[in-house]
Amino acid sequence: MGTQTVGEKIFGVFNTFLMLGLCFITLYPFIYVLFASLSDAGAFLQHRGLLVRPVGFNLDAYKAVFQNPMIISGYRNTLFYVTAGTAINLLMTAIGAYVLSRRNLFFRNFLMFAIVLTMVFHGGLIPTFMLINKLGMMNTPWALLIPSAISTFNLIIMRTAFQGIPVSLEESAKIDGAGELTILFRIIIPLSMPVIAVMVLWYAVGHWNSYFSALVYLRDRTMYPLQLVLRDILIANSTDSMSTGAAADDKYAIGETIKYATIIISTLPIICLYPFLQKYFVKGVLIGAIKE
Amino acid sequence: MGKDVRRNWMIYLLALPVIAYYVIFHYGPMYGLQIAFKDFMPAKGIWDSPWVGFKHFVSFFDGIYFWRLIRNTLLINIYELIFAFPAAIILALLLNEIRRMMFKRWVQTISYLPHFISIVVVAGMMFDFLSRDGLINQLIGLLGIAPIDFLKEAGWFRFIFVSSGIWQGIGWGSIIYLASIANIDPTLYEAAKMDGANRWRQTFHITIPGIMPTIVIMLILNMGNMLSVGSDKVLLLYNPLTYETADVISTYVYRKGILEASYSFTAAVGLFNSVISFILIVSANAISKRVSENKLW
Repeated sequence: MGTQTVGEKIFGVFNTFLMLGLCFITLYPFIYVLFASLSDAGAFLQHRGLLVRPVGFNLDAYKAVFQNPMIISGYRNTLFYVTAGTAINLLMTAIGAYVLSRRNLFFRNFLMFAIVLTMVFHGGLIPTFMLINKLGMMNTPWALLIPSAISTFNLIIMRTAFQGIPVSLEESAKIDGAGELTILFRIIIPLSMPVIAVMVLWYAVGHWNSYFSALVYLRDRTMYPLQLVLRDILIANSTDSMSTGAAADDKYAIGETIKYATIIISTLPIICLYPFLQKYFVKGVLIGAIKE
Repeated sequence: MGKDVRRNWMIYLLALPVIAYYVIFHYGPMYGLQIAFKDFMPAKGIWDSPWVGFKHFVSFFDGIYFWRLIRNTLLINIYELIFAFPAAIILALLLNEIRRMMFKRWVQTISYLPHFISIVVVAGMMFDFLSRDGLINQLIGLLGIAPIDFLKEAGWFRFIFVSSGIWQGIGWGSIIYLASIANIDPTLYEAAKMDGANRWRQTFHITIPGIMPTIVIMLILNMGNMLSVGSDKVLLLYNPLTYETADVISTYVYRKGILEASYSFTAAVGLFNSVISFILIVSANAISKRVSENKLW
């Protein structure tokens, strides 16, 4: 490696700057939002160009956000959807993966084909919507939990992982009198912790970030997940309810900083957990990429 | 078979909820698709509503929005294929050239981050940065450019949509290529170095051919998605002023179907979409099987 040509050295320097540029473009929007959220509304409105620190530091925007009942209930609802949804996802996916990993199941190939087919062909939004309606799940939390109980992609990853466990382990457990459930919960799952961890993260982040099914299936605002509340605040611009008491001009100003504070509040959990979880996410992509 | 069921009854019992899930929530909607060929009447239900043949398809094909929807959907996808798809590969190649491991790991960690931010938050940030008095306009104002209302001008939509997609997905997209680069036999590089190949030639003659199978697989997967731009992001970013370039098949289905309740018509539009996607992915796979050895199935 010691002998680099001039061209390679120039490229190395160029590449380093390019990557630093990429990091800047990726991170700066978040930093800007953070600084803006901590700024004084009026001073921020006067400010032009990039922020290198909060202008006129104050926490009014955060106070307004934390006093908003919709944000609070959105947070609470999302926590419920994330925990309940992920639990259902895991249970169903693990059972499905276990069943499909059994070599002696007599309709296994047909089942596998029928499941994979749903990845390339599906009924689409409207028939699914009508079905949910017909099942009476409309405007209930079930609509967010049950129809997405299994991600076929994750099911296949988990099945591949389960198949990697030596059959002899199961057989010896059987000889010792273990039933299927014991084998699944006491042998297979504990031995597959890495893949389970990845699935928990993927499913949980999926629930945390999703807004579309809530938009389609929920009418009642008290059931809205955080993302749908955010959509109202960030996209439909309804910050008025949070800046009550302020004069019209101030309302606009504080509305801007409230938006930034909302972004920070709603993204904070992911940003805080991210450094610890990142390697698991990546591992998931790599497990998924293994060809059968 | 009977004997097997008796001996392994537990496993069949476990299979039941999973089978029920797929039958109800995946095959159920496929059954419901028949309303695309019927005039759905809620009082009569799916089965008893009268057949109308291809009426809804014809009215979609003859409708004023047909070509606009096809053009918007395809163009957004083609732009993503031309710009976003190679971007992740190029990032993987550039990351691979970084020799200081700490720096490489930092860049990777940072570049994955936006993938985990919800699309609502990303769209919200875009609204603020791209608004008339937003950050971007303040910055280009310093260069003497008049403010542009990016999200209200149809001409900007595709550029904004695709470039924000690259911002959010480039790091995450590169993971799979980095993994595939890591799997290339190191002795190939040793041999190339012996033959006097510089880094540039090693990249062209070893790394790129080495990750070709992965590139092809990812390309086939992308082909299958050609007609399905996720409604999630377009729905957040578009507005009646930008429908001209932003309205895609899936958002049209959402507006017409969910908001205006014309179920049969939009089921037909959705079916058209699924069938074309299905044909695209099957043909991409077949072509790839013929010209190379890479295939999805």
